[in-house]
This record gives sequence, structure tokens and C-alpha cells, in this order.
Amino acid sequence: MHDYLLALIGGTMIGAAAVLLMASHGRIMGVSGIISRLMPPVANDWHWRIAFVIGVIVAPLIALLINGKLPSIQITHSPVVLAIGGLLVGTGTVIGNGCTSGHGVCGLSRFSVRSLVATMIFMLAAVITVYIVRH
Amino acid sequence: MNLLSALFIGLLFGLGLIVSGMTNPEKVLGFLDILGDWDASLAFVMVGAIAVTAAGYRWIGRAGKPWFDLKYQMPNNVVIDKQLISGAILFGVGWGLVGLCPGPALTAIIIEPWALLVFSAAMLSGMVIARAVLSMRQG
Repeated sequence: MHDYLLALIGGTMIGAAAVLLMASHGRIMGVSGIISRLMPPVANDWHWRIAFVIGVIVAPLIALLINGKLPSIQITHSPVVLAIGGLLVGTGTVIGNGCTSGHGVCGLSRFSVRSLVATMIFMLAAVITVYIVRH
Repeated sequence: MNLLSALFIGLLFGLGLIVSGMTNPEKVLGFLDILGDWDASLAFVMVGAIAVTAAGYRWIGRAGKPWFDLKYQMPNNVVIDKQLISGAILFGVGWGLVGLCPGPALTAIIIEPWALLVFSAAMLSGMVIARAVLSMRQG
């Protein structure tokens, strides 16, 4: 229960960030797009993108200040699997023009049918992948 | 000011991911593992995020302009095509393999730098390759 409440609260913070980005810069908070446009060919508006990315990267340090320790996470995968996963995430988010924040949060919030389809498909693909790997 | 606000928004987003537990791939995989020991947290994250974002987007509307730019840039593509579907499948498989997607990956860099170095290098390479391939097809 406690976990789910934190999940809800964290979700509202994510939502607040998305709303603020739209209000301040007029952009969808799709992290795959924000990052990919920092890669060559680099977009003209790279300045706010870099600032945003730095903010996300540094966020655990704020948690460290508040909690006295970094958030603990578990990554158990081998470098090979991490590399394959990364390659698929990188190509897939560019080809599909979005990820969990872009399609899943922002797209659904705009009632975009395109984002609904994308979200359902990547969720299904992910669930099937986990099933095959784990069971 | 415009850069400071982008930095702050990134911090807020990152903290939201941390508070919700979404920076931990095991928690994400726990949601995707529907036949295993199911962890519904990600659903609650989405509900919280979408509720706030949908209300906020409606409130902002399309009139006027953002604080630091000339106009709102809403995606206007509505086509559901093979590209969208294949991209979503590729992304979903990658996400299902490691439980990392772009946002959480950024927050994890400081916490697990070596693993994230591998993942990020691969992700960025994938992005560059995909962008190049897409622009060749359109050119």
C-alpha cells in the first residue's frame, strides 16, 4: 500500500513536470525525443534539452541530500543484455517517435489515439518479453 | 531563466521517478511480469501522471504562447502506420529485457554508472542509427 501511494505521488510529480514543460517551453515531455535531438544532427534548441537532461541526471543527488543516501536500484543484467536492450530502446523510441513519457504520459493525456496504440503495443511487447525471459 | 526552468523541470521529473520507485528496473519488471509476483506500482504512477498532465494540458489550451518560446509545439501526426507499430515493438522488447527506458535511465546514471554506461552508449547509438535511417528514407 505504502509503495502504491508513493507511486501515485511520484506520478503526480512527473505530471507536474510535464505540465510545466508545456507551459514554459511549449513542449511535450517525451524523454526519448528530448535526448535523441541532442544526438547528431543536433537540434537548434539544444540548450533547454541539455538543461532538462542535467536536471534528471542530478535528481538522485537531491535524494541523497534529503535522505542521506542515494536511491537503491537493482540492475542484474549482463553487459550484453544491457547493450541489446539499450539498442532496442534507442532504435524503437526513434522509429516509434516516443516512449513511456512521450506516448504513455503525454500522448494519452492529449487523448492521442496514435499514442494509445503505441502505448498498448509497447506494453504488450514488454510483457511478452518478460514472460519469455522469466517463465 | 528559461534554462533554469528546464533544469528545475528535469529535477522534478527525476525526483518523481525516484519517489515512485520507477528508477529501479526491478520494480518496473515487477509490473511487466504479470504472471509473477505482480507489482502494480507502475499503474499508479501512470494514473497520477496522466491525471495531472491531462488536467494541466486542458488548462493550458492552445491559445497564447509558452513563457519562453514563440508557440506550443504539439505533435500533429495522427497516422498509425507500420513505422509506429514496429518502433513500439522494438522499444517494448528492449524495455522488457532490462526494465530501463530513457527517463529512468538518466536518473540511474549516478547510481549505477557502469551498467548505465553500457546501456546509454547502446541507446544513443540506436538513436543515431535510427535517425539516420529514417532521414535517408525520407530524403
